[in-house]
Amino acid sequence: MSATAEILDSVQSGYKWGFETDIEMDLAPKGLNEDIIRLISSRKDEPAWMLEYRLKAFTAWKQMAEPEWARVTHPPIDYQDLHYYAAPKKKAGPKSLDEVDPELLKMYEKLGIPLKERAILAGVEPDPNERPQIAVDAVFDSVSVATTFRETLSKVGVIFCPISEAVRDHPDLVKQYLGSVVPVADNYFSALNAAVFTDGSFVYIPKGVRCPMELSTYFRINARNTGQFERTLIIAEAGAHVSYLEGCTAPQRDENQLHAAVVELIAMDDATIKYSTVQNWYPGDADGKGGIYNFVTKRGACRGERSKISWTQVETGSAITWKYPSCVLIGEDSVGEFYSVAVTTNHQQADTGTKMIHIGKGSRSTIVSKGISAGRSNNTYRGLVRILPSAAGARNHTQCDSLLIGDECGAHTVPYIESRNPSAKVEHEATTSKIAEDQLFYCRQRGLSEEDAVNLIVNGFCKEVLKELPMEFAVEAQKLLAVSLEGSVG
Amino acid sequence: MLEIRGLTASIGEKPILKGIDLVVPDGEVHAIMGPNGSGKSTLGYVLSGRDDYTVTGGSVTFNGIDLLDMEPEARAAAGVFLAFQAPIELPGVNNANFLRTALNAIRRAHGESELDAIQFLKLARAETKRLAMPDDMLKRNVNVGFSGGEKKRNEVLQMALLRPKLAILDETDSGLDIDALKIVADGVNALRSPTFSALVVTHHQRLLDHLVPNRVHVLAHGRIIRSGGPELAKELEKSGYADVLAAAA
Ligand SMILES: Nc1ncnc2c1ncn2[C@@H]1O[C@H](COP(=O)(O)OP(=O)(O)O)[C@@H](O)[C@H]1O
Ligand SMILES: [Mg+2]
Repeated sequence: MSATAEILDSVQSGYKWGFETDIEMDLAPKGLNEDIIRLISSRKDEPAWMLEYRLKAFTAWKQMAEPEWARVTHPPIDYQDLHYYAAPKKKAGPKSLDEVDPELLKMYEKLGIPLKERAILAGVEPDPNERPQIAVDAVFDSVSVATTFRETLSKVGVIFCPISEAVRDHPDLVKQYLGSVVPVADNYFSALNAAVFTDGSFVYIPKGVRCPMELSTYFRINARNTGQFERTLIIAEAGAHVSYLEGCTAPQRDENQLHAAVVELIAMDDATIKYSTVQNWYPGDADGKGGIYNFVTKRGACRGERSKISWTQVETGSAITWKYPSCVLIGEDSVGEFYSVAVTTNHQQADTGTKMIHIGKGSRSTIVSKGISAGRSNNTYRGLVRILPSAAGARNHTQCDSLLIGDECGAHTVPYIESRNPSAKVEHEATTSKIAEDQLFYCRQRGLSEEDAVNLIVNGFCKEVLKELPMEFAVEAQKLLAVSLEGSVG
Repeated sequence: MLEIRGLTASIGEKPILKGIDLVVPDGEVHAIMGPNGSGKSTLGYVLSGRDDYTVTGGSVTFNGIDLLDMEPEARAAAGVFLAFQAPIELPGVNNANFLRTALNAIRRAHGESELDAIQFLKLARAETKRLAMPDDMLKRNVNVGFSGGEKKRNEVLQMALLRPKLAILDETDSGLDIDALKIVADGVNALRSPTFSALVVTHHQRLLDHLVPNRVHVLAHGRIIRSGGPELAKELEKSGYADVLAAAA
C-alpha cells in the first residue's frame, strides 16, 4: 500500500495511529518452546533464576486451557504461529539521542507523544521549573527503547526502569515481588506472560517518598505476527505515593495480534498507587478485520493499613478486550477503586470489569463503570465483589452504567457479589440508557452538529471517570472518545 | 419574515398538520392557541427540523430561505430557536458548557470568533442576573433535577444567550407562577427588535398581558381556524374554544 493510501485508509477508519515503522529488527523465529524462552532470556542477559521462573511457567501453561467464560468469540489462536521476541537492532536502553534510532524518534513524533517527551527521548531534559513533568518508559515491541528522567528520580530514591533491567540490577526486589500478586498459574494468559514476557516497567518508591512526577509507559506494537507480553511491577513502600499512566497503540493490520500483559501493584501502609490507562490498541476495521487481542491481568495488593490502589481506565481500542484490574484489600482500612470507561464500536468486543477482594477490616472499594456500545459491538461489565469473613465493616459501592448508540450493539452487566461478613455493606446500581433522539435533537436545535452532540452526551456520561485521570490525559481521553465514536450515529 | 404556505406534516402515517398558512412579519409576535392535541408542538418541531416528523406538502421560508431543506443545526444558525414544551435532560452535561458549546457553534456558523470560558461566563452571569435566575443554574447539569419551572426558565436563559431571530416558545408559561411568567415575557420583550419575531404557543391570557401579541391564531385539528388581534385571546379566555370550533365546523 502506498503511504498516501495508507494515510487515507487510517483517516477513513478513524484510527490515526495505524502506520507502520520500517526499522531493522532482531526477530526470534516463530513458535513457542523452551529454546525460544532460553533465547528471550539470553537476549535480556537474565540470571539463571529468571530463566527457571520462565521455564516453570511454560510447563504450567502447557497444562492449562484458554478461559471460555468471557462474552467474547474469536477463531482459535495458533500460539506456534507468533514471534515471541522482536527488537530494533540498535542497542536497547540508550541514554542519549545518538543511540536512539532516528526512525524510532520519527515514530514517536508521529504518535504525537508530547514535545517535552521528545526532548526527553533526545536526552535533553527540559527546565524542571517549566511545568509538571512526566517520566516516560517507551516500550517498542519486546524492548524498552528509552526511559527518561531516571537520574532526577533516583535522587529521591525512586527506581523507574525497564523490568528487564530491574531483573539484572535489582534482583532481590524482583524476586521478592514478581508473581506475588498474580501467581504464575493464576490464569492461562498470566502463565503465558510469565514464560515469555519481554519488557515493561519497574517502579519502586521507597518509604515516605512522594514520586515527584507522573510516571508513564508508552507501549507500541510494530512488528508483524508478533505478540507483545508486557510485564509491569510497581511497589510503593510505606507512606509512598505514585501516579502512573500507560498508553498504547499499534499499526493497522489485517491480522489479529496478541497482547497479553501482567501488571502487579503492591502498596504498603499508607501508600497510594494511582494507575491510569488509556488503551488505544488498533481495534480492527469497520468489518471486524484485524485488531489487537488484549488479554490482560492487572491486580494490585493493598498489603498495608490504609493503603490505596486506584485503577482508572479508558478503553477505546483492541478487537477484543479481556481485562479485570483488581484489588486485593488485605490491609485494615485499605481502599480499592476502579473507574472505567469502555467504548466499543463496529465489531469490537470488550469483557471488562474488576474484582475487589475484601480481606482487611474496614476495607472499602468503589467501582464506577461506564460502558458505551455502538455499531455491532458487544460490551460486557463483569465484576466481582468478595467480602471474606475477616473483613468486618467492609464497604463496596458499585455503579455500572451502559450507554447504547444504535440498535445493533449489546451491553451486558454481570455482577457477582459474595459477602461472608454480615457487617459488610455492598451496594450495586446499574442503568442502561440510549442516546435518545430527543437529546440529539435538543442539542442540534441549539446549533450543535450531531457529532458534537454525541460527544457532549458521551463525555457527560463518562464524567465521573474522566475526572479521575491526570488533567492532560483527561483532555486526550476526551479527544480519543470523540475519534472512536466518529460516524457511529446516523 | 416567516412564511408558511399550505404546510402539511405527518408522524409516521398519521397526518397531523393539514394545511397551515401563516405569515409572521419581522418585528412581530404572534400567539398560537388551541386545544390540546391540535398540532401546536408539531408545528414547532416541523419548523425546527425534528427527524420523526415528515413534511408531506407546502413550504416554509424564513427571510427568503427554504427552512425545510436545512438540518436542525443549520436552522439554529439561521436564527431559529425552539423553547421546548418539555425540555430535555442531559445527564453529566454541565449547563454552562452546553450553552457555551451551542453559542460557539452558532458564532462559528456566522464566522464570529468563539468565546472562551471566561468571556462566556461573564456574558452568562449578566443574563442570569437580568432574568433573576440563580447563578447555580449554570453549574448544574442540563435540566437534570430541575423543577418544571426551572426547566422553563433555563429555556428562556438559552434564548437570551443565543439571541435568535425567530423564537418559538411552546407553552413556556405553563405551570409557572406569576413571577416566573414575567421572566418569560421579559425574555421575549428584551429581544424585540425590527429583526426579531416570535411564535408564542400559550393557553393563558396572563402571558399575553405582558407580551402583547400583534396577532392571535387558533390552531385546531391541524389547521388555523381563526386569526385575530389581541382581543381574540381575551375572548377565548372568557368563553373557551367551543364557540370558535363550532363556528369553524
Ligand atoms: N410521537 C408521536 N407519535 C404519534 N402521534 C403523535 C406523536 N406526537 C404527537 N402525536 C399526535 O399528534 C397530535 C398533535 O400533537 P401535538 O402537536 O403535541 O399537539 P399540541 O401541542 O397542540 O397539544 C396529537 O394527536 C398527538 O397525539
Ligand atoms: Mg404541545
